[in-house]
Amino acid sequence: MTERVQYTEFHPRWHRTRFPVFWWLRRRSYLVFVVRELTSVFVAWTVVYLLLLINAVAEDDAAYQRFLDWSGTWWVVLLNVVALALLLFHTVTWFNLAPKAIVARMRGRPLPGIWIQGAHYLAWALVSAGVAWLILG
Amino acid sequence: MAKRQIEPILWLTFSAGGMAAALALPVLLLVFGVLIPLDWASPDRTHLLAVLRNPLTRLVLLAVFVLALFHWAHRFRYTLYEGLQLKHLNQVINVLCYGGAVAGSVMAGYILLIAL
Repeated sequence: MTERVQYTEFHPRWHRTRFPVFWWLRRRSYLVFVVRELTSVFVAWTVVYLLLLINAVAEDDAAYQRFLDWSGTWWVVLLNVVALALLLFHTVTWFNLAPKAIVARMRGRPLPGIWIQGAHYLAWALVSAGVAWLILG
Repeated sequence: MAKRQIEPILWLTFSAGGMAAALALPVLLLVFGVLIPLDWASPDRTHLLAVLRNPLTRLVLLAVFVLALFHWAHRFRYTLYEGLQLKHLNQVINVLCYGGAVAGSVMAGYILLIAL
């Protein structure tokens, strides 16, 4: 602690290693990481798509029919199938990380990670079944 | 100081939005984006309108949509920062991401609370 610190007048420049823009193509694990981050784009797309649907339902029969015709075109169906696959990827990766993010205790002891993970999957199944029943039941 | 105050709120909306999106969006996209367009299910418009006009449905959907949009904004911001090495454009990226989330939230509020 006796060492004297020498201050300079100017802030030093940080040393930063330059990364290539496509660094995430170098390894499969990097690519999976970036795909997981890009699931958020399909989360946003799903919200926009559902808002267009609700707007059409709210308008009248003709607007709803126009939405159904548009949503049945091949490219919208294809986009939604891709979006659904990435939403499922988001859900699975999100729930699998939950035990690392949540520290739950029962009688002073931490709950096993599999319980926390299982509770998330159970909640997902219940919500999905409830929503499907409400719409299609 | 302002940045320090808002950053935890953005992380909170990111987490809440990630959870809301994981729980609710797959089944909604499966039904409305795949099953109905492919004619594997065809709920009546009046039934959908009745479900959507329930105040609880409106509030739950508004919460899910707003949180999901902020989840997108926060995650996409960091994807652009780190994935494409665009951190030097942080001000433009922040305006586009969080501005987009705010605009989408206002639109969701208008459709769910006024237009329905």
